[in-house]
Amino acid sequence: MDGAPDTQPTRADAQREAVIRVRGLTNRFGPQVVHENLDLDVWRGEVLGVVGGSGTGKSVLLRSIVGLNKPAAGSIEVLGVDVLHGSDADRRRIEKSWGVAFQYGALFSSLTVLQNVMAPMREHLKLSKGLMRALGELKISLVGLPLSSCNKFPSELSGGMRKRAALARALALDPEIVFLDEPTAGLDPIGAAAYDDLIGELQRALGLTVFMVTHDLDSLYAICDRVAVLAEKRVLVEGPIEKMATVDHPWVQEYFTGPRARAASNKGRGS
Amino acid sequence: MTRPSLTSELTAGGLLVRFAGELLTRSISSIEGALAGLRPAGDEALLDLSEVEALDTSGAWVVADLRRRLEGEGMKVQITGITPTQAALLETVTRNMPKELAPEAPPGGFVVWLERLGERVVGAWKDTLSILGFLGLTLHRLLQGIIMPWRLRGASLFTQMEETGYQAVPIVALMGFLIGVVLAFQGATQLQQFGAEVFVVELISISMLRELGILLTAIIVAGRSGSAFTASIGSMKVQEEIDAMRTLALDPIEVLVVPRVLALLIVLPVLGFIADLAGLIGGALMSWIDLGVSPGMFMTRLYENTDVWHFAVGMIKAPFFALAIGIIACWQAMQVQGSSESLGRRTTASVVQSIFTVIALDALFSIFFSEVGV
Repeated sequence: MDGAPDTQPTRADAQREAVIRVRGLTNRFGPQVVHENLDLDVWRGEVLGVVGGSGTGKSVLLRSIVGLNKPAAGSIEVLGVDVLHGSDADRRRIEKSWGVAFQYGALFSSLTVLQNVMAPMREHLKLSKGLMRALGELKISLVGLPLSSCNKFPSELSGGMRKRAALARALALDPEIVFLDEPTAGLDPIGAAAYDDLIGELQRALGLTVFMVTHDLDSLYAICDRVAVLAEKRVLVEGPIEKMATVDHPWVQEYFTGPRARAASNKGRGS
Repeated sequence: MTRPSLTSELTAGGLLVRFAGELLTRSISSIEGALAGLRPAGDEALLDLSEVEALDTSGAWVVADLRRRLEGEGMKVQITGITPTQAALLETVTRNMPKELAPEAPPGGFVVWLERLGERVVGAWKDTLSILGFLGLTLHRLLQGIIMPWRLRGASLFTQMEETGYQAVPIVALMGFLIGVVLAFQGATQLQQFGAEVFVVELISISMLRELGILLTAIIVAGRSGSAFTASIGSMKVQEEIDAMRTLALDPIEVLVVPRVLALLIVLPVLGFIADLAGLIGGALMSWIDLGVSPGMFMTRLYENTDVWHFAVGMIKAPFFALAIGIIACWQAMQVQGSSESLGRRTTASVVQSIFTVIALDALFSIFFSEVGV
């Protein structure tokens, strides 16, 4: 997808293909309502940043979309397949076309990094051992890990390397959609910026659709095409980040016009 | 979905390789054979991608790998018919292609085996030293607590006593009862053969009081509470709670280990006593049903023919078993490193090691008591 220029949003919207379509999503944990009647579209080939205060259900939304959390009501469609009620075969098909990088990596602790990356290939593809190994090494190298880490176990990696390895595993099957949960949380600013560049480069090169839960204003300015703000149990506002400062809502105002946001915005424009 | 295909021909300009179809991860394996069969020929090669319908990292890798291979043979390689997006992907993949192969995992073999053996022997020796050090440290803190009882954590001690002692009573009593029943039943069949049924009382009382009651109780407690100690302290270690304690000038030995070990020291003799009682009751019941030895007769023979030392020997062993279980469980917990996988391994090791130690101690005590003649 080259993506039509954004001058006429209505026409552009009509041409865009929604790869994720969430409608009327309601999530409840006991008496606590996390989402109520939440609608969200994610377009093909875009990087969507999902932000919101603590406890607004950003991760719950991600988990609901990938089917790890059964919502109380609503419908979720990914690549045209109903995640909640689709047949097992359909579900397996879409599970192979998305990759999820969890916040703390969630790497299999008994496997080495290379085995972690090869695990989904081994399970779902008929590849020769040599080719699988070569592709696994390519993925590890793509996410910027040194080859010496191939035979290391997750417990021997630093937090940042673990996040990169998790991304390599998420990319193993060359998915169309990548879900990232707080990809830069806990990384130093240099590592976080490098990770942002990496996501941006991979997104452009592979034409990925990226759904990213984040708190990192730098990431939002650097790579996100669009931002969705979760508040008051729904997507309060969504659109390009420049639009956010004009939204009349106390939380959004504070988030996008605070001192950190100003610094990030200057940096984002500078680059 | 169009399967990928690969055709090559030798033209006047050199080698012409045509890729077609979808070069995707899920389908790439079907051209692997054709790729491997491709032989470099001539000085120039043209890779034609104009019929490629889709390309992802795997497809790009295949193209880039072929280019690298042909260039390695001294050929000039050109790529045509590629869209700008595909070219960008090919560029990214080429730039990130691993230059050298990742180091293979070291192979096995006799030398490696010897190396591992040596590591294990040295490791076992170091562990023994470390565990003895831990024993000394804990005993020191324990004595400190006994001399200065206000430093003991009362609430924690009683919680541990409830969990390791009170809640273990049903299982220990049932176990003792069943062992008594089994001893009476098995003893009776053998003793009946030469009319010595009545000695079943000594068989039950001596084996139960002296050995089995306390030994089996200790094994149950090792499995029940030893694993719980390792799991609870170990998970605190994983979450850096132990480190947090140290930075707050709290001594983890005093806060976590002493209450648990002291609780075991108090409750294990009690549990052993309960097992003894239950075993005698079970044995008496079975003797009565199976051999017609009345409870009254059982009591009389028990009083007259069973030395009180048999009971004492059992009870003397209890605190040693308790110390072994508590120390091993807490020491294993302190060895947990980082991951929850290590926690699982340490918990297993804790149970196996403490049961083994209890049995080994029991054997040593047998030799000791027979030497001193009780």
